[in-house]
Amino acid sequence: MQLTANLRGDTLVIEALGDRICAASAIHFKDRMRELTQTECQRVLFDMSRVAFVDGSGLGAIVAVLKALAPQRKLELAGLTPTVQKVFRLTRMEQVFTIHDEMPQNLRYAC
Amino acid sequence: MKDIPALPVRVEIRLESDHVAVREGLRHLFTSPPLCNLSPDLRGSTEIVLAEVVNNIVEHAYLYDKGFIDISLIYAYPTLSFEIVDTGLPMPSTKLPAGDLVALDRSGELPEGGFGWFLIRNLARGLEYRRKSSRNILAFWMDAR
Repeated sequence: MQLTANLRGDTLVIEALGDRICAASAIHFKDRMRELTQTECQRVLFDMSRVAFVDGSGLGAIVAVLKALAPQRKLELAGLTPTVQKVFRLTRMEQVFTIHDEMPQNLRYAC
Repeated sequence: MKDIPALPVRVEIRLESDHVAVREGLRHLFTSPPLCNLSPDLRGSTEIVLAEVVNNIVEHAYLYDKGFIDISLIYAYPTLSFEIVDTGLPMPSTKLPAGDLVALDRSGELPEGGFGWFLIRNLARGLEYRRKSSRNILAFWMDAR
């Protein structure tokens, strides 16, 4: 699972470049997120628009990142694809995270 | 529904019990017929169930020794049925886990795991487990309507 991070104002935008956060990549994902979020910022926004699939281990890893950032910072999510949305909805994790339907306009990547 | 096969389709695949092999095996299975032709919603649900079932086998049944995971599926519309066989350790008390969702506690700790069987029980139908000749046999089906 490759990730890239960009600081935009006070928001650290992390984009997932891989298409799965699953048992095979969950530990690596958590470690990499820990490294990237060392950057000073007020909020962390994780762009998941390329992630087609998250399993229970992947979800657990995302929850772990949320917990590691708390209480000073929040992990916000954006661009959940349908299967990922389903996993968040069924496990009621959608109530725990701030989820944006798509990337906020001012934080989108300039193409 | 892009493509409903007129005749039942049977697919068998053998995976090694490691997470990377599983990821690649499932990627192949879900990008090949007949699963690649399912509606995106059903395909997503099926992938969630199968991934959780297989991850559990890797992490629990093959905790000490590695082995194979044999997946066979039969797609006879509207039923997509699966049988998954491994030769690892039996399920605790040779029963399927209850799969209760750990309570969310906003002021306390959020669960970082325990989602697997909850998701399986939510999405799969007709779950059956039996232990026979040192093998675990798990069957379930998905409703393709």
